[in-house]
Amino acid sequence: MFWGVSMGIAAAQLRYRRRQTIVSTLGVALGVGFFVATSALMSGSEKDMVQRLLDNAPHITVKDEFRAAAPQPVFIAFPEGAIALSSTKPREYLRGIKNHGAKVEELSRQPGVVAEAALMGQAIIRYASKDASAGIAGVDPEKERFLTTIESDMQQGSLMRLRTSSQGIVIGQGMAVRLGLSMDDLATVVSPTGLVRRMKVVGIFRTGNLLLDEGQAYMLIKDAQVLLDKPFIANRIRIKIADPDTAEDIAAQLESRWGYRTESWQEVNRDFLGLFIIRNTITYSIVGAIMAVASFGIFNIISTVVMEKRRDIAILMSMGFRAGDIERIFLVQGVFVGMIGMVFGWMLGLVLLQMLGSVEISVPGLMDTQKLPLEKGPFQFGVGGLFALVSAVAAAWFPARKAAQVRPVDIIRGAT
Amino acid sequence: MNVADAGETPVIELRGVTRILQETVPVTLVHDIDLIIQRGEFVSVTGPSGSGKSSLLYLLGLLDLPTRGQVLIDGVDTSGYSSDRLADVRLAKLGFVFQFHFLLPEFTVLQNVTLPMIRLGRLDEKAIRERGMALLRDFEIDDQARKRPDQLSGGQRQRVAVARALANDPAVILADEPTGNLDTRNSEIVQGIFADLAAAQGRTVIAVTHDQDFASSAPRNVHLIDGRIDSDVRR
Repeated sequence: MFWGVSMGIAAAQLRYRRRQTIVSTLGVALGVGFFVATSALMSGSEKDMVQRLLDNAPHITVKDEFRAAAPQPVFIAFPEGAIALSSTKPREYLRGIKNHGAKVEELSRQPGVVAEAALMGQAIIRYASKDASAGIAGVDPEKERFLTTIESDMQQGSLMRLRTSSQGIVIGQGMAVRLGLSMDDLATVVSPTGLVRRMKVVGIFRTGNLLLDEGQAYMLIKDAQVLLDKPFIANRIRIKIADPDTAEDIAAQLESRWGYRTESWQEVNRDFLGLFIIRNTITYSIVGAIMAVASFGIFNIISTVVMEKRRDIAILMSMGFRAGDIERIFLVQGVFVGMIGMVFGWMLGLVLLQMLGSVEISVPGLMDTQKLPLEKGPFQFGVGGLFALVSAVAAAWFPARKAAQVRPVDIIRGAT
Repeated sequence: MNVADAGETPVIELRGVTRILQETVPVTLVHDIDLIIQRGEFVSVTGPSGSGKSSLLYLLGLLDLPTRGQVLIDGVDTSGYSSDRLADVRLAKLGFVFQFHFLLPEFTVLQNVTLPMIRLGRLDEKAIRERGMALLRDFEIDDQARKRPDQLSGGQRQRVAVARALANDPAVILADEPTGNLDTRNSEIVQGIFADLAAAQGRTVIAVTHDQDFASSAPRNVHLIDGRIDSDVRR
């Protein structure tokens, strides 16, 4: 009942000042609408990029390296001793992951896990007197399909043809253009150890990533082992897991178990993921500023109303309305503006999303146009709405408290 | 100074009430006032400007709190009441009429009159509407019920204000210069209404006025000078 009468008065005052009400509601609606749109775009593009990161590369890579040089035995024997060693000659050891076959087999037994032993190296690809240096990836085509998106990026041929043809190589389109190579041409591949082999182009891919398209070549791991003179050696274990979010933990476990440097996709892309945080901070502070301006609008209007309505407040109080009733009258106006603004903001957001969704952008280097990645989740609408309500209530709170502190005698004495 | 009517509980009683306004130089509005007002009395309060008659009315109506002394309503001391409790007393027992009508511009005449009833919540919606219309009919303004206050004449508005003051059937009507803003004819009408409220309906009416005519129509007159009761006359 008390709420009822406070709401009735609040509604009547809002109706009475229709224009101001509409303006302040529009302010909130704009804030919510733009919040929904920018937030959908931001988190959509973030998800899109993370998805690309996840698809294009293994989730976890075990390398034949160690994070820190092995300590000298004397330091282990006398951990407290005052020992200094200088000019030690590091031991030469055969690079490669020991017993990789068993490791891969063990990993592959886990559900949802694809593991592949690979050999990475460098070589020069030569054709028609032109050279290009290339990163060589000796892979297992069956598994590579699951580890990266290379198979779906094939323009001509396929990764699987590596298995059916001897001495096959798959190169990027950038390199193919530079060297003038086309399908089924025989390229000369020169390894750092001086080995020269003639390999047949069985596939050309285009990922859109210049580094890969101009500088990466794929071949069977056994061909790579021969080319790089590393028989039976693999220097990478590449792993895809069911839940990419657990990659960091699993990588840490593997590293502590095997000792090899094990990198999760998060570690490799740390800079990139850090950029998202900066980007989100910027976005949300700008959208937050819009909401802040909108809530200042509400604050301004309700403050003015409280000033204008001092007489009405005084008479309501003399009638027997409590300070709390008065506070509620103005608080309700804020909530009302916030709620209506929220609903209109959602509608505006939907319209903006519709417009953004129809925008087609062409990415340089890619022929096909793309739609903007948008995430139209309940999160955007929920947070936008919450934002509106909180800022509206906060904006109404101070003037409402001020209204509740009006002393009726002061007003009535002044008026008569 | 006052006649203590033994036996009956006075509807309002002031005991040694002093109100000092704490400004840079403290101003004493009313000084050490003892006043007993019985049920059904019609009291006019007069005095020169600045004599504290309005301040006295606000103290009687629990709108202002005394610096010293006590205000008793129906024999109950209200000192120490929270502001919410004071508001509740005002809502149920007191009705105010001011020089300016103070009607809420957003509401119709009928809505203005029914507002205190809705706040009190003692009657249902239908009964509230009926009582509102009945009050307007009493003052011959029921044909204006759907209009907004700014469409009414000054005299009509003041009658609406009186109807609103009566909404919760209060025992006491407190009026501050109710005719101060009206022409002679409307003054007379409002004056008549107040006399009738006391005589016919048995309500207590306390009216501050500088209108001699109005003052002399009341059976009891309290005259203030410099915040003290100068004379308290019953006719």
